[in-house]
Amino acid sequence: MKHATIFRVLPVIACAGLLFLSSCTTVKEYQKNKLNDGEMTLGNRKVEKTELSFQSYREGASGANAGKSGGGCGCN
Amino acid sequence: MKRIFLTAAGLFALIQLFAQQKDTTGFQARKLKLDEINLVSSYYHQNGNNAAVTGGIGSQKLSDIANVFDVKLVGYDKKARKHSLDAELGIDHYTSASSDKIDLKSNSSASHADTRFYPSLTWTVENEQKGHSIAIGLSSSTEFDYQSFGGNISYSRKTKNRNGEFTGRLQVYLDQVKQVLPTELRPGGPDEEHYPGKNRNTIAGSFSWSQIINQRLQIAILGDLVQQNGFLSLPFYRVYFNDGSVHQEKLPDSRFKIPIGFRANYFLGDNFILRSYYRYYTDNWGIRSHTAELEVPVKLNAFLSVSPFYRYYTQTAVKYFAPYGQHTDQQAYYTSNYDLSKFNSSFFGAGIRWLPPQGILGWQHFNMIELRYGHYKKSIDLQSNIISLNLRFK
Repeated sequence: MKHATIFRVLPVIACAGLLFLSSCTTVKEYQKNKLNDGEMTLGNRKVEKTELSFQSYREGASGANAGKSGGGCGCN
Repeated sequence: MKRIFLTAAGLFALIQLFAQQKDTTGFQARKLKLDEINLVSSYYHQNGNNAAVTGGIGSQKLSDIANVFDVKLVGYDKKARKHSLDAELGIDHYTSASSDKIDLKSNSSASHADTRFYPSLTWTVENEQKGHSIAIGLSSSTEFDYQSFGGNISYSRKTKNRNGEFTGRLQVYLDQVKQVLPTELRPGGPDEEHYPGKNRNTIAGSFSWSQIINQRLQIAILGDLVQQNGFLSLPFYRVYFNDGSVHQEKLPDSRFKIPIGFRANYFLGDNFILRSYYRYYTDNWGIRSHTAELEVPVKLNAFLSVSPFYRYYTQTAVKYFAPYGQHTDQQAYYTSNYDLSKFNSSFFGAGIRWLPPQGILGWQHFNMIELRYGHYKKSIDLQSNIISLNLRFK
């Protein structure tokens, strides 16, 4: 397997992550009203469940979405 | 299978026992109570002309109706730990033109049909004071030619200031693929209906780190390491060689996948949210892919929002792919499945979400309805539409 691309992408993600983390401020619970909005959730919403399912069948790539990483069929 | 059901029964017994505990420390333990019910229904329809069952040519017409019923119960034990039990039952029913072509003498209507059942159960114990939780889950998926059993365990820990959270998860799937061969390739002749099963096992380690950056921005980094072993082809996919001979698809019995994802959600002003996602994926079959998605929920008022979205996906082909009639007998592995070919795709649409304070139709417990439509188009002559509905009762 060629790892060259992943080794190019990983540092970019790591740097972006560090950049964000370095600008972090501690947010208290009472300041989280916008972050706690239902559409700010850092994951897929229930209504997207079947979309993820058809995409994993119709595409070669899957995963990294905090969801299922196997099982099922996708035969059609 | 029996072991999985015994484990599930044990899990239920433990929860029942826990739910009946008496308070001895002053903290008021609370039995498991209904917290939320979600109903998700969707209708999916696709059409294309690269069916793998006929060697990469032919109709891919398919319709699927999916219904998922999800119930969440929440309770507290005498040590003030929060227990959540999430039970889900999914039922899909599909009709597919390509599956008709397992027998080439059948007509070409979308008459082949099957139903898939997929129940799952997840139990989570969360210590809200210490900021960590542990969860275990079981799942299964059953359809005529495929059986899957899964188990998973995960651990999450929040940072001291509750602004960051790490989650690690291990998932295992033990699957069985029935060997339903194209009728002309069955050793016992076209009428043979004995379908032995072959194993397909998956083990996946996942991690995620989520971080609040400020009062409007939060991000997450996600990654999986997935190893699959066993029968990874599909038995009824045909491959036509350049000499005109027909074969069953043949792929390696091992596949290692690495997807890495990044999410960032930003609340812009008082009415806009930017939800973004990027994923890089690579595996040892030769697929490298990029996925980028942006969704912009617009709050029309405090209870109603509209969310247009766009997703772009691109991938390279697996090393073993060639179109109809181009494989040779010199190759060890071969497939004409266009889902493993080089292509890019666009998926776009919009959703609408409504949470009236007095409940939908004045019913207080019916507190949310969300409807979402998406159109999907591949660069290789496949397009589909999906409409999904989520009803939430609380």
